[in-house]
Amino acid sequence: MNMHVPAIELVSLTKCFGNSVEPAVKSVDLSVAQGEVLAIVGGSGSGKTTTLKMINRLIEPTSGSVKVMGEDVTNVDPVGLRRSIGYAFQGVGLFPHMSVGQNVGVTLQLLGWTKNSIIERVNELLTMVDLPADEYRDRLPSELSGGQQQRVGFARALASKPQAILMDEPFGALDPITRDALQQEFRSLQKKLELSVVLVTHDMSEAVLLADRIAVMHKGEIAQVASPQVLLTSPVNAYVAQLIDTPRRHSDFIESLLHGKASGGAR
Amino acid sequence: MSPRLTLLFEQLPDLLGGHLTLAVPAIFIGVLISLPLGVLCVKSATIRGPVMSLVSLVQTVPSIALLAIMVALLGGTIGYWPAFIALLIYSILPIIRNTIVGLESVDPAMREAAKAVGMRPLQQLFRVELPLAFPVILAGIRTATVWVVGIATLSTPVGAPSLGNYIFSGLQLRDWQRVIFGCVATMTLSLVLDQLIAVIETSIQSRRKTSLALAMCAIVGLVAMGIVPGVLGPEAAGFSKLQEKENESEKSDSSGPLRTTLEGQVVRIGAKGFTEQFILAEILREKIEDAGGTPEVLSNMGSTIVFNALAKNTVDVYVGYTGTIWSTVLKETDPISRIAMRAAVAGRLYDEYGIVLAGALGFENTYALVARRQTVQRYGLRQIGNLTPVAKDLRIGGDPEFFGRPEWQRVRNLYALSDITEVGMDSTFMYQAVADGQVDVAAGFSTDGRIEAFDLAVLNDPKEAFPPYDAVLLLSPRAAKNRDLVHVLEPLLNQISVAAMRTANRRVDEDGVTPRVAADSLLNE
Ligand SMILES: Nc1ncnc2c1ncn2[C@@H]1O[C@H](COP(=O)(O)OP(=O)(O)O)[C@@H](O)[C@H]1O
Ligand SMILES: [Mg+2]
Repeated sequence: MNMHVPAIELVSLTKCFGNSVEPAVKSVDLSVAQGEVLAIVGGSGSGKTTTLKMINRLIEPTSGSVKVMGEDVTNVDPVGLRRSIGYAFQGVGLFPHMSVGQNVGVTLQLLGWTKNSIIERVNELLTMVDLPADEYRDRLPSELSGGQQQRVGFARALASKPQAILMDEPFGALDPITRDALQQEFRSLQKKLELSVVLVTHDMSEAVLLADRIAVMHKGEIAQVASPQVLLTSPVNAYVAQLIDTPRRHSDFIESLLHGKASGGAR
Repeated sequence: MSPRLTLLFEQLPDLLGGHLTLAVPAIFIGVLISLPLGVLCVKSATIRGPVMSLVSLVQTVPSIALLAIMVALLGGTIGYWPAFIALLIYSILPIIRNTIVGLESVDPAMREAAKAVGMRPLQQLFRVELPLAFPVILAGIRTATVWVVGIATLSTPVGAPSLGNYIFSGLQLRDWQRVIFGCVATMTLSLVLDQLIAVIETSIQSRRKTSLALAMCAIVGLVAMGIVPGVLGPEAAGFSKLQEKENESEKSDSSGPLRTTLEGQVVRIGAKGFTEQFILAEILREKIEDAGGTPEVLSNMGSTIVFNALAKNTVDVYVGYTGTIWSTVLKETDPISRIAMRAAVAGRLYDEYGIVLAGALGFENTYALVARRQTVQRYGLRQIGNLTPVAKDLRIGGDPEFFGRPEWQRVRNLYALSDITEVGMDSTFMYQAVADGQVDVAAGFSTDGRIEAFDLAVLNDPKEAFPPYDAVLLLSPRAAKNRDLVHVLEPLLNQISVAAMRTANRRVDEDGVTPRVAADSLLNE
């Protein structure tokens, strides 16, 4: 496999919904290298989810193109495409009538894996996301905590050993401690499996922590794409500056607290 | 247990069986039709509009009318099929409606998730949408079950035996115990089926395979019991069969040579829904049983339904009345003399339908205007003509069919009674009503035992406005060719007098004996 082919490449991707005049996504160009985490950050309604769903053809673009591993997605069967790309949902999206094991193995079953190899893979995945298989496999999603449900969601997204996964605000609904733990685990798993990831979030701090590069979206357009460092030091416009200011202020504030404490102790 | 209750329980296996074989398959096939149709309606708006309008429209047809319409649509076929199809149609609406509601209430996020994990449209439907809609769909199936089990009681008048037989015959015999027995049996059946479905629901949801299997078996078992009647309560059924056998052998001693002529033959006896018809059906039943045949009585049938059934050979023998046939079947308006009418009816039935009028039974059951003694004295009533001057102050009770008949138009015209107030009521209550003075006159029947029992006076009809109503034995084209059967039934001709018939009617209506017992003593006289 050619390591220089981007895992995902969007070329002047545009989406107009129905009869609305303003496109929800306007001429977006982005690429995600293999093994890279790209975060898409922006306010609510800026077009992040729409962009993400065009990658696995849950939404068909109005114009422009999407390439996955160099192949234009309009040339492949959308169902096969979706089975080969993991997707972690906003609000988890586990099927309430299926057990944890069935949820995790659903794509494998669709792909026609044998029963035994599915069981084996499900056990492996649950262990990977830190849910002992014997204890959790037969539970229903309603019998899990929010954090555990999100772990199952990850396990499901990773089931078919995808090269790339798409994540839509996966940590959005979790309490800070659970979120932090999951973020850490996600980062280490991603590195270990060399996953290419598109992570949609409205939380700039999360993006700074997890992403190799950040794309800032505003009113359907990409305002800037850069590494967290570049974004912090040289935002291209006031909107980006305002967005990136939040984590900066948080860390400054914490630092001043720590500093104040230290100097107070010296006094 | 009282003997009357025992009798009711003896009929239970057959009637419950009939009820189940109608209701359960109707619901089952209803599910098979409605579920895909409901899915199609959700997926396509073009289908949905017409389907929903049609289904809702059919649902507004009164059930008893829908059953009758089915008989007509099936070219006069009576019995299982028209009832089954009507019930099937009734089961469809609640299931379709709940399928649509259930599928539409599936969270769109679930649909998207199904798509995103790589399901194709049918996989989305079967693995996610239908399972999530399942509780709502099942609620629809439960509604359909309760409806269908209730409405199945109405299949009695189209000739399909059901628990409704208790209710219809109970109403006619004024035997409230019988009516209540039928209602309780129907309600119990509804509840049992409903609960079995509830068990299926919870066991599917909590994935308990054994209780699911048990509930399924219970339903299959119930239907099987219907198909093989007599499995239920084998003791009761066996006992009654035994008794019948004993009676048979006793009687067959006296009827000697006729004994085995109908061996192995099923003879279907049609009867309408009033006391006299029940008794006559029992008389025919006894004759056929004595000859070794297997009689099947289809009672509580409507006039036109039983007639069509006779023409189609789905009923073999039936006692009709010349006047009724004259007006409702042959569509004649002006009556002719008794003997002429019998000859004319015989000729035309044979020419037009192939039905054979074997002969008269000997009595006439004509309409008779009756009044209580006080009324007779007060207005000096001797004959119908005496009503004319006071008509506008009087109320006449009669069953609703009577007031629509040409006979009543004739009487009204000939005796100038157009000012009299008509009060429609079931014939069950008519005699009581005239005896109590709730109505002044009632349009009763000359053989009705209650004329005697309530001490009512019959008004003469000097202008012969009411046509003659000779009771005649009618045979289907096929039955008429059956020499053995004709041979068995011939001895009944010209043997039953008005007095004997009236007494038998009174014994059932007033003394509370069963039609079978009344038939027995009438035959033995
Ligand atoms: N299915 C749809 N039909 C019409 N408009 C839509 C649809 N999905 C999203 N939109 C609109 O497109 C815009 C971008 O939405 P979305 O991509 O969900 O934003 P974000 O994920 O950044 O909050 C919004 O204005 C939204 O109302
Ligand atoms: Mg979004």
